[in-house]
Amino acid sequence: MTQKQILPSGNPRIDRLEMQGIVKRFPGVLANDHVNFDVNAFEVHALLGENGAGKSTLMKQLYGLYHPDQGQIIFDGEPRLIHSPRDAINLGIGMIHQHFMLVDSLTVAENVALGLPSTRGIMTDLDRVTKRICELAEVYGLDVEPDAYIWQLSVGQQQKVEIIKALYRGAALLILDEPTAVLTPQEVDDFFVTLTKMANDGHALIFISHKLHEVMAFTHRVTVLRDGKNVGTVNTVDTNKNLLAEMMVGRPLNFIRNYKTIKCGNPRLKVENLSALSDRGVPALKNVSFEVCAGEVLGLAGVSGNGQPELAQVIAGLRPSTSGKIMIDDENLTGSTPMQVIDKGVAYIPEKRNVEGLIKEFSVSENLIMRDLDQEIYSRNAFLNMGNIAKRSADLVKTFNVKTPSIDTPIKSLSGGNAQKVILAREISRQPKVLIAAQPTRGVDIGATEYIHERIIEQRETGTATLLISEDLDEIFALSDRIAVIFHGEIMGVVDRKDATLQSIGLMMAGEQPPETKTAE
Amino acid sequence: MEDLFTGSVLIGLLASAIRLATPYLYAAIGETFGQRSGVLNLGVDGIMLMGAFSAFYVVFKTGDLVGGVLLAALVGLLMGLLMAFISVTLSAEQGISGIGVYLFGLGMSDLLFQKLINNVQTVSGFPVAPIPLLSEIPVLGPILFRQNVLVYGAYILVPIAWFVLNKTTLGLKIKAVGENPEAADTLGVSVSRIRYFTVSLGGMLSGIAGASLSIALLNVFQFNLTNGLGFIAIALVYFGGWRPTWVLLGSLIFSFVNALQIWVQVVGLPIPSDIAVMTPYILTIVVLVISAQRVRPPSALSKAYERLE
Ligand SMILES: Nc1ncnc2c1ncn2[C@@H]1O[C@H](COP(=O)(O)OP(=O)(O)OP(=O)(O)O)[C@@H](O)[C@H]1O
Ligand SMILES: [Mg+2]
Repeated sequence: MTQKQILPSGNPRIDRLEMQGIVKRFPGVLANDHVNFDVNAFEVHALLGENGAGKSTLMKQLYGLYHPDQGQIIFDGEPRLIHSPRDAINLGIGMIHQHFMLVDSLTVAENVALGLPSTRGIMTDLDRVTKRICELAEVYGLDVEPDAYIWQLSVGQQQKVEIIKALYRGAALLILDEPTAVLTPQEVDDFFVTLTKMANDGHALIFISHKLHEVMAFTHRVTVLRDGKNVGTVNTVDTNKNLLAEMMVGRPLNFIRNYKTIKCGNPRLKVENLSALSDRGVPALKNVSFEVCAGEVLGLAGVSGNGQPELAQVIAGLRPSTSGKIMIDDENLTGSTPMQVIDKGVAYIPEKRNVEGLIKEFSVSENLIMRDLDQEIYSRNAFLNMGNIAKRSADLVKTFNVKTPSIDTPIKSLSGGNAQKVILAREISRQPKVLIAAQPTRGVDIGATEYIHERIIEQRETGTATLLISEDLDEIFALSDRIAVIFHGEIMGVVDRKDATLQSIGLMMAGEQPPETKTAE
Repeated sequence: MEDLFTGSVLIGLLASAIRLATPYLYAAIGETFGQRSGVLNLGVDGIMLMGAFSAFYVVFKTGDLVGGVLLAALVGLLMGLLMAFISVTLSAEQGISGIGVYLFGLGMSDLLFQKLINNVQTVSGFPVAPIPLLSEIPVLGPILFRQNVLVYGAYILVPIAWFVLNKTTLGLKIKAVGENPEAADTLGVSVSRIRYFTVSLGGMLSGIAGASLSIALLNVFQFNLTNGLGFIAIALVYFGGWRPTWVLLGSLIFSFVNALQIWVQVVGLPIPSDIAVMTPYILTIVVLVISAQRVRPPSALSKAYERLE
């Protein structure tokens, strides 16, 4: 065997990794069906596919979390068995998971050191770990504070910690499972700078994303999976977004659509001078006022961390306000409990769907009808009507194309995107008067994104007032009638979509006042 | 009252508080390890009873004090392993498993007692072992340094536990497994190995806690000797915010007020005995709730971990 090349991080390079004929079954699902995949040093190889196509499953087998039922994994020509993450780490594989794997109550340095032998025997050597973190951070432009606790960090910074964790363990091949789903556009740019540098240094990178423009901008090859099978592998330069979308979904998709404008009805949701505190007890919302009419979509643009989740939670009754008023159809809702808010016809798609909106141990169908349990068709005299529940769940699973072996499967064994669809299905299908949708398409595939957008438009036509909270400006522009911008907990301005440009909104998102404050009402 | 509550009474009270805290400390520090790694073991009291009986039996038959402690530790370790097997390997609901272990210990210790000894007997337990020089210090000497070996051991355990949890790689793993077992797993830390370790250690220390009752403090054995003491220890872990130093503080407050309360009753002060008996519980809870209220329990506490496959 030839001597391995050494990467600038000091780790031996992996020139070529192949996965051949990988088969993986779960109860009721063939998640990977004879999948072939390979990646080389100096390369970014994208792995695409709809929610539930089997991407994470394939990668978890490479990282030793799952074990293939058939097939083999070949490193630089040698077949290897990977029994556990520890084996994978020893082979030079790092993985950044779809849901971050960090211990909130520990510091950055402690998270990095976790599980590694210490140079001081049984005692930790956090000072040395800290030094090495700083070196790695320097090489790859990953500025993080080693002594900070994870809970103090923004999502973008946590992402950096994940990369450092992998590099620190000698990763020469890095698996990135939807790493950009939770980043702001600025953070995504920084992130790509780092990854490009790593690839140029000789790392092999596997990149999973539902955002085709990222895949086009930044990868060398693309492999598409559908229903657990290879659809094909292409060079990025030889393809385009539409072709990739077709490979994934099996039919052409519409990206940009123009919706007819609708005449605004009466104000449905009115928020007046609302203020609230964040979890850390500092003001997160300052005198926020706006209105959403029946049949209107108000887009709320803003960089994450400017008060969006707090606003959504206050309206949903999950967070107390310190002052101000919330009205729905002239009824005061301020200080209501979540149940009262639901009764008033408010549907809420929370941003952190895996923690806030779902009970992971409960089944798909239990999660689907959770909010409507007290309706007579689902329960009478304290007894659940299982027949109706099953029927309704089956309907929703079908219309929202949730990939699940059955309606009784627990949410925790669904793929990331399919778990999200369960909430979306539940909330959107309730025919709400007011829909609060926070990042509704984050982490869901393009087919589902199209579907969700269609549903939001449909709701609007039936008179729902929608507050669409999104960091994705394309989405805001595609769906909104008016656009409000939030910055540091304040509304910078509200403009009609037809008067808005990407620039003007972008400037307001960065905290600049609009030229002439236009309150289009 | 003035005449009753003299300096020497106070010294006596403090010395007995230090002594009485011993079983709480062993059990609560052991339980702290388990809970920090995410396992709630409600069986502590049962394990203590088994430890208490084992130690008592050895000393009753042979007079071998060290042998008694070793057997108590071993029996505790085995019961800890049993709890780990049920809650980690079988992923059973931890609360119920713990209660099972408790009932097993309660019944088994009594059965063995009936079969092997059958009537209440006393033994001569660990003698006071004054520490040369230190025990001569006025006031502090008699309070701290004229105790028996098991008492000293309990107090040495506190800084060791603190050190392990805060300064060692093992401690880091324990905390990570208790907060986010999935994350620990992806870094190659074996969640079940860590939990087996902490729960067995907790069992062993609970066994010794039992021994400290039967062959160092009370020197008897009878049915349900602990009288729920193991549950107090679990409460001390909660109210102490899962930190050894605060657990120590809690144990001391509890034992001091307890010693005081016993003294009050012995001297016959006009305080209803029900109220007197309640005070240690109430006071300890109040003090610790006020001082430790900002601490969150380990996020994965009492949740079984299974890698989905
Ligand atoms: N632990 C598990 N137990 C049972 N089924 C599982 C498990 N993990 C995944 N599956 C199933 O395997 C299929 C593939 O899931 P996987 O997570 O690989 O999808 P994915 O391509 O990563 O999707 P997404 O884009 O939504 O993350 C899904 O149908 C899912 O329900
Ligand atoms: Mg996935």
